[in-house]
Amino acid sequence: MDRPAETDPRPVAARADLEGEPEAGAGETLLSRTLRANSLWIFLVLVVLVLGFSVARPQAFLSPFNIQSIFTNAATLLVVSVGMTYVIVSAGIDLSVGSVLVFSGVVAAKTMTGIGGQDSGWGPIVIGLVVGLLGGLAWGITNGILVAKAHIPPLIVTLGTLGMALGSAQIITGGTDVRNVPVQLTAVLGQGRLLGVIPWLVVIAVVVTIVGGLVLATTRFGRYTYAIGSNTEAARRAGIAVDRHLLKVYALSGLLAGLAGDLSLAYFTTTTIGGHTTDNLSAIAAVVLGGTSLFGGVGTMFGTVVGVFIPAVLGSGFVIIGVQPFWQSVAVGAVLVAAVFVDQWRRRARENR
Amino acid sequence: MVEALLEARNVVKQYGTVRALQGTDFSAYAGTVTALIGDNGAGKSTLVKCLSGVAMPDGGEIFLDGQRILLDSPTSAQRLGIETVYQDLALAYDLDAAANLYLGRELRRPGLLGMLGVLDKAAMRNGGAGALANLGVRLPAADAPVGSLSGGQRQSIAVARAVAWASRVIFMDEPTAALGVVQRERVLEVIRRVRDSGVAVVLISHNMPEVLAVADRIEVLRLGRRVARFAAGDVDVEDLVGAMTGALEASALGANDVEANDVEAGAQTGGEGNTNGGNGR
Ligand SMILES: Nc1ncnc2c1ncn2[C@@H]1O[C@H](COP(=O)(O)OP(=O)(O)OP(=O)(O)O)[C@@H](O)[C@H]1O
Ligand SMILES: [Mg+2]
Repeated sequence: MDRPAETDPRPVAARADLEGEPEAGAGETLLSRTLRANSLWIFLVLVVLVLGFSVARPQAFLSPFNIQSIFTNAATLLVVSVGMTYVIVSAGIDLSVGSVLVFSGVVAAKTMTGIGGQDSGWGPIVIGLVVGLLGGLAWGITNGILVAKAHIPPLIVTLGTLGMALGSAQIITGGTDVRNVPVQLTAVLGQGRLLGVIPWLVVIAVVVTIVGGLVLATTRFGRYTYAIGSNTEAARRAGIAVDRHLLKVYALSGLLAGLAGDLSLAYFTTTTIGGHTTDNLSAIAAVVLGGTSLFGGVGTMFGTVVGVFIPAVLGSGFVIIGVQPFWQSVAVGAVLVAAVFVDQWRRRARENR
Repeated sequence: MVEALLEARNVVKQYGTVRALQGTDFSAYAGTVTALIGDNGAGKSTLVKCLSGVAMPDGGEIFLDGQRILLDSPTSAQRLGIETVYQDLALAYDLDAAANLYLGRELRRPGLLGMLGVLDKAAMRNGGAGALANLGVRLPAADAPVGSLSGGQRQSIAVARAVAWASRVIFMDEPTAALGVVQRERVLEVIRRVRDSGVAVVLISHNMPEVLAVADRIEVLRLGRRVARFAAGDVDVEDLVGAMTGALEASALGANDVEANDVEAGAQTGGEGNTNGGNGR
């Protein structure tokens, strides 16, 4: 480090005083953060929902099959939402994730079928998966360059790439889904289970979420994301390379959308070109529902997980108790509006001090 | 004669059609508090931004230690030991005090975790507490987001941050504007302490008694130009007001004269011999 030692702002006394109890301090911080971050309340909503459905239909709702299908259905959205959390914490938005997901699935499928065919071994499959990831990364980098370097508002940039990525996917496939994806892929990644119990899709989504959450909460990369979302100019003046960081954030979102494309391909055994038009809104809703502020600077990965599972639990629960599943959209929409209202109200209260 | 540690010559900065700085000079000296004063809109904050790498001047030269320097980013200023308390504070309001104090210079955990970018939050919290204690700031909770603090507390955090990192020059753009009496005294005390450690302190303030209390020398900006320089001992509030409003310039000085004076007499001049008669305000 290039700072001179004599101006180190850590007086010895202060350090010695506090060094003994970092654990207690950290725990307190986590609790009060969670309370402030608004995600506790939404977590309670999720708990109440789960309890409610469990009491109403314990056999059906708590069956291993149902629990597993809730998690599996949520897996791809969770992966996309992890990237979206970074984007929104940085005070941006990424509308392109659904299209990028489709694009990645298409290029992955085309690669696999092109070089391996339906009975291909793992070589072509892995290459295809990597191509899918790279496709997502490329769109993410495109978004990042346009947002960070060309200074075009992210809403417009990602609206543009939404159209371009989806259009490209349709051009590549002629508009019809690629169906003859390798059997190995769907059998292992799509339907397979770790130790015969946990679906691989869920394992991957959980790992991505945990790593994404840790990076956001504990690393410098995460800290810069919060700082930029909180006050871009302050971050710049503090010497943070804001443009480069934003580029990375959008690249990450694209990469994870690419991963979700791979997962979706493996799970559905087809590219589902028409099936992801509202993924972007679902991810944004999940992130915001989880207490992340659309104004940036505030948010947790824990909240995002809760935000992903509220619609998932509602959807599953409504089916089980015999309510039309369309009510899920109504309920999620209402909760979303309420969550944003509370966030704005809290901000205004703070700014008026 | 002592040479200026930081010197700006003929700096020009234009915002659209607004000529915020019209070729101004400025100098600050090691171990000296230089007050930079002037009316609202005189260009003080713009000059500070030009000298801390936030804004690129459209013309002029900047010297540190007699060497010409290029301040093309805040980082390049920081590397040279130049720190700034901005008028708008430049704090990340959603982060806590320690995070703001270490913003852009986060401490990382030792070993592998640190290489992975994991922050040493405990060390930063402790260091931050120490830096704030130096200023006598007490916060309701160490992890409260800065945005939830009072205006004065925020200002103290911005001051603490700049003081903690400055090794050569520190700009303070109205650092006491939101402070109560006790905190203000604390900040002035810190300013003196920082000065005594050899740092060049540049204080911007509209509070003339405060300026006279803490400054060793005073430079006056008017309409984007330096119009006068004083040694603090030689002036009273009326002289300063006269120089800021132009009454004094009209009666006695004239911008060109000032520059001529500056060159021959350096830091300790302003042509004050003429001033008292001219501006009976
Ligand atoms: N970013 C900007 N865009 C356009 N004009 C600007 C900008 N910053 C400053 N100005 C203009 O430059 C001039 C000088 O402004 P500056 O903020 O430097 O004044 P100041 O001396 O700091 O005033 P105050 O005492 O009110 O803080 C003003 O006329 C202002 O309107
Ligand atoms: Mg100003």
